[in-house]
Amino acid sequence: MNLKDKLIQAYQEAENTLSFHQERKESIDRLEEFGFPTVKDEEWKYTNLLPIIKNEYALSAQESIVSKELLNEYILTQTETNIIVFVNGKLNRELSDIDAANATICSLSEAEKNHSAVVKKYWGKALPENPDSLVSLNTALSSEGVFIHVPKGTVVEKPIQIVYFSTNVSSDLFLQTRNLIVIEENAQVQVTERHQNIDQKEVFTNSVTEIFAHDNSLIDFYKIQNDKRNCSLIDNTWVKQGKNCTCTVDTFSFGGKFIRNNLSFILDGQHSESNMRGITLIGENQLVDHHTLVDHAVPNCQSNEMYKGIFDDNAKGVFNGKVMVRPDAQKTNAFQSNNNLLLTDSASIDTKPQLEIYADDVACSHGCTVGQLDDDALFYLRSRGIPYKEAQAMLMYAFANDVLSNVKIPELKQKINRIIAEKLGVQIYIEV
Amino acid sequence: MLKINNLKASIEGNKILTGITLDVNPGEVHAIMGPNGSGKSTLSSVIAGREEYEIEDGSIEFNGESIMDLSPEERAHKGIFLSFQYPIEIPGVSVSNFLKTSLNESRKAQGLEPMPAGDLLKKMREKMELLEIKKGFLSRSLNQGFSGGEKKRNEIFQMAMLEPKLAILDETDSGLDIDALRIVANGVNMLKSKDNATIVITHYQRLLDYIVPDFVHVLYNGKIVKSGTKDLALELEEKGYDWIIKESEQL
Repeated sequence: MNLKDKLIQAYQEAENTLSFHQERKESIDRLEEFGFPTVKDEEWKYTNLLPIIKNEYALSAQESIVSKELLNEYILTQTETNIIVFVNGKLNRELSDIDAANATICSLSEAEKNHSAVVKKYWGKALPENPDSLVSLNTALSSEGVFIHVPKGTVVEKPIQIVYFSTNVSSDLFLQTRNLIVIEENAQVQVTERHQNIDQKEVFTNSVTEIFAHDNSLIDFYKIQNDKRNCSLIDNTWVKQGKNCTCTVDTFSFGGKFIRNNLSFILDGQHSESNMRGITLIGENQLVDHHTLVDHAVPNCQSNEMYKGIFDDNAKGVFNGKVMVRPDAQKTNAFQSNNNLLLTDSASIDTKPQLEIYADDVACSHGCTVGQLDDDALFYLRSRGIPYKEAQAMLMYAFANDVLSNVKIPELKQKINRIIAEKLGVQIYIEV
Repeated sequence: MLKINNLKASIEGNKILTGITLDVNPGEVHAIMGPNGSGKSTLSSVIAGREEYEIEDGSIEFNGESIMDLSPEERAHKGIFLSFQYPIEIPGVSVSNFLKTSLNESRKAQGLEPMPAGDLLKKMREKMELLEIKKGFLSRSLNQGFSGGEKKRNEIFQMAMLEPKLAILDETDSGLDIDALRIVANGVNMLKSKDNATIVITHYQRLLDYIVPDFVHVLYNGKIVKSGTKDLALELEEKGYDWIIKESEQL
């Protein structure tokens, strides 16, 4: 049975046990009608999903455990923190550690029981009217994920770390994870998220995250994508912003064989700011695709977008940055940059800025570059005794620095630094 | 220490060095002068190991060993230092971090342990004082947003930290005002010893008032066409290069 039919069958079997019946039914119908996207779709022109979906996947896995020691490898341990851990799609209470005063941090299924009013009000509401097949699939079949609700005026002091493990699975696995994050007025929160396979089997995750940022709120969301080389991830994230709020989503992509990020900001309240930044550092047989959208629907907002990519071996990158400035959105400031380094002749990047501007009093800019490491700079460093590989690494750090320097959790910054050093196979540690 | 014999080098088919012979001994200061395009910067790059140049003939020996097959970093580990005419800006890498990496890589190549952080900091402070460098300097990104003078001072600071056997100063005086020139030259003079040598590459005689050379060579069309003492530099200042060019063309 092909994957689509298998998914539809799974839906039919689970139909009566799932909440949001109407939304799910419409969603599975959309998947049935349109199927998975192909390279003929404009949005998937450079990224071929076919090799990923033609695999045989189980759609769920038995419950399993992960040791505390192993968990510690994938989280920040020196920082005081909230941790919420899922293993094979199920909440793991032993590893989760939550202490967040007024805020609610729990699994989505718990929230449906204990905070049903909030879930009802927000679930699926950040998504567009006719989302693509993958988002539809998630809406139809997802049953678990993280729920965060930060009430009015609450500052969650400790960052919230979300980890999705998969382990001890009997066959390749296709997971639908779903996060719902609601930040009320004058509230603040920092979140990190990673999907981590520790099994030999392939894991494909199709994730949807909805973030609602109300007036005067502040959210920093960091995605650490450093999964094993047999993993695929499609991350669909929507951020809906009210007035005077600042939302940042930073994405650090190092691992996996296939990563597609669909990140969308909807600016619905005036004087708000959206920031999205990314560092991609990949090599042999890896693909990372960033599709971003900023929808300036109201006046006086600002968006800043900065993605840096380093591609080695035959790595493939895709960047598509869409900025929509609607007729009412006067005084919009929108900045976008995408800079890329290709370290070999067989690495590639397809980069496309896409600005649609319907207002006349706006400041919008975009720029993309594709280049190599600077020979003069390399020679300069080597003439100071720094070996070739380390010199290259130093220049890559320098290249990625403006993204990294914006990370507000010091321990996270160090961790990303270490991942970069490891990826580059160097001992040097550059403090930024 | 440095023995260059009949060195010929080209880049992308253009012959830049056409037969250079030069001997530099410990304790000596050599000045290499010459009009624009005569090959001065190429010579310094080739000694430091820049790989874009093709060596067509001749040899370069350093302390009795050929260094022709060594990478730039290996030459640096042997004690060759090149101060750049245009130091490169590297955002996000602080001066102190860069120096730490650079110094410890050289120590590693010599089989030494990394320098303890306290010793390193002390050494940096000493050298900064020598070069009248302000405190906040260490945490700034390498050369980023530095003025011309700061960049050159930073080059000499690195030289002071690495303590090379042979320092090549490529147009270190360009872009310096008189005060910065004095500080940089003082630094170079203080670092001079009977065991190390300096090659000063310059366009103008001005720097040589401060760093007094034992020998002055004039480079023209990729060859040393005249050598002499510091008086030659004075003569060049007064009469320009034309007379030497004429003289060399008559030969």
